[in-house]
Amino acid sequence: MTNEELKIKITELLPAATFEDGGEWINVLIDPANWLFFADQLRKSGDLNFDYLFCLTCIDFKTHLTMVYHFTSTTHRHTVVVKSKLDRNKPEIETISHIWRTADFHEREVYELFGVNFLNHPDLRLLILPDGWEGRNPMRKDYEDPINIIKL
Amino acid sequence: MNESIKNIESSTIPRLEGREAFPGEVHPSPSGGILVSKLDDVINWARSNSLWPLVFGTSCCAIEMMSTASAKYDWSRFGFEVARATPRQADVIIIAGTIVNKIAPVLKRLYDQMADPKYVIAMGACATSGGPFFYNTYSVVKGADHVIPVDVYIAGCPPRPEALLHAMITLQEKIKSGMTREQIKMQKPEQSF
Repeated sequence: MTNEELKIKITELLPAATFEDGGEWINVLIDPANWLFFADQLRKSGDLNFDYLFCLTCIDFKTHLTMVYHFTSTTHRHTVVVKSKLDRNKPEIETISHIWRTADFHEREVYELFGVNFLNHPDLRLLILPDGWEGRNPMRKDYEDPINIIKL
Repeated sequence: MNESIKNIESSTIPRLEGREAFPGEVHPSPSGGILVSKLDDVINWARSNSLWPLVFGTSCCAIEMMSTASAKYDWSRFGFEVARATPRQADVIIIAGTIVNKIAPVLKRLYDQMADPKYVIAMGACATSGGPFFYNTYSVVKGADHVIPVDVYIAGCPPRPEALLHAMITLQEKIKSGMTREQIKMQKPEQSF
């Protein structure tokens, strides 16, 4: 599907979705409340069939956090980027690890680095950081560590 | 204190430039010749020409290290051919990459498990000083010499294979002249380094 066709299809599935143009792939902005339904449709809808989650990350914009998901389809060869704004003080979004298994580790990484709480995640704990790092999220822009960080 | 250190320096530094093939002098005789040498020098010569590196790489410098081992640069020419996957059989550890707080205790343990005499090469900016991760990082050790002592440092990010070869040959020269940290420590046991 071309980007235009994807746009029409996604608008049918989720009329509340908005789009960001200008890139190679289309960016879909959605509300976290719609995420579980929308993700399910992306995977299961036959002419979308986004069967490959190739990037899951988060951005700290100081005013809010944004989750970013990159999906592609190995059958249709089309790609979509889904973004979702989260409240910085209480970042919460539904897990998609039951749809794309790879999201399990990716979400744990975002959990430890940004402190995003993935609802209904089967095993939400630290991935790489040593024990005891819960609550300190080193990729947040306001993270302070006077012992290790030399500020420039 | 410094009399013996001075003696070491004055007797060894000229030799660093000399790059003798084999330590000692040959006195010709009708039956062939007699070699006169010092046992310490012969041992150092032997050790320097058979340095087995540890298979240890933590980031992109390891790619350059693998390239140095490969046919094009071929560090076997200088006696480094047998890279060992266990510290108990390795002589030299090439710190090829970033050392983060989480790997630092592992690096220390690997170093402790190596048999004496052992040598360390810090390869690249990260292992030398933290490099590009010096500022604004929570996880990187700012120089591997905070964890284990280093004999030779290489600049570069990452250094080219030629630079690594140069560092390894420099280490050989250092061993031959008895100037590595371990060798000095053995000569002056009462001093702490």
